[in-house]
Amino acid sequence: MPILECNGLTKSYGHALALSGVNLAIEPGRIVGLLGPNGSGKTTLIKLANGLLTPTAGEILIDGMAPCKETKKIVSYLPERTYLSTWMNVTQLLDFFCDFYPDFRRDVAQEMLQRLGINERQRIKQMSKGTREKVQLILVMSRSARLYLLDEPIGGVDPATRDYILSTIISNYSPDAAVIISTHLIADVEQVLDEVIFINQGQVILQSSVDDIREKNGKTVDALFREVFRC
Amino acid sequence: MNWSLRGDAPIYAQLVEQIKQEIVSGGFPPGQRLPSVRDLATEAGVNPNTMQRALAELEREGLVYSQRTAGRFVTEDKIMIEQAKLGLAREQIQQFLQSMSRLGYEKADIVALLQKEGELTCQS
Repeated sequence: MPILECNGLTKSYGHALALSGVNLAIEPGRIVGLLGPNGSGKTTLIKLANGLLTPTAGEILIDGMAPCKETKKIVSYLPERTYLSTWMNVTQLLDFFCDFYPDFRRDVAQEMLQRLGINERQRIKQMSKGTREKVQLILVMSRSARLYLLDEPIGGVDPATRDYILSTIISNYSPDAAVIISTHLIADVEQVLDEVIFINQGQVILQSSVDDIREKNGKTVDALFREVFRC
Repeated sequence: MNWSLRGDAPIYAQLVEQIKQEIVSGGFPPGQRLPSVRDLATEAGVNPNTMQRALAELEREGLVYSQRTAGRFVTEDKIMIEQAKLGLAREQIQQFLQSMSRLGYEKADIVALLQKEGELTCQS
């Protein structure tokens, strides 16, 4: 059974149509890139999967269920913006995540924090933007969820940190879980992905495996994207 | 090992080629146990399913074999490794010949040039 399924999923904000009739299915064990230009509907799709928005029409199912309390237990979400309370230090955040999520693996998080040399007593307030993003990603990836939704996880960080984030995603890979990464930094994530979904003006225009794209077109997903979305 | 991936070819095919290279050059000697899929994928910075696919392909070709619980191993069949090496060498030669013919060289000229180059390298 797909871990994420959309059937005729439509979302409009007043008159503006953000998603229109989206059909897709994502199986467990896949790392999927959700790729599209700005304003194409990526964040809307992710928010619908989290139950932060409700569909105007159609349905979105997580492990066969409409978003609810039960699905939130199996979905680990990295929002576009940091939502962590800036007065907290890392230890407090670890406590916070332990309280909230029974599947949070504190030891895994601590090991990653240590490797990056992040002091547990440091407050979020005192951290650079890049460090905040690292901490947040570590928290999100340290849950043993079935579906990870990462909205622009590598947007604001330097290339070395990008590599670290991507290798964190690879080393946390589980055949039972799917990872969806929304980004427009395609060249950076391409190697890590099984498949990609191109989304434009609220519609899915392509869902394909990365190697199929390379085999058929003789070019990278990045190059194909530039071609499809030429301005 | 050093992984370097180009943009134009499928990732799994490049992984197959690079692991093969490591095997024929003795980096992974005959009979050696290969690192786990996850470790190889992390090291190469690629998707674990893609690495899995590459290893399955090498298994199909007979260069590696898996043992149910113990993991994957490089074949102990040295003849097969020699053949794989020859295969890779021929691919290199084909590519080289193509580049040379694009430059306008005929086969005989290429051989002569190669010989000259070989002598020069020996002297230096």
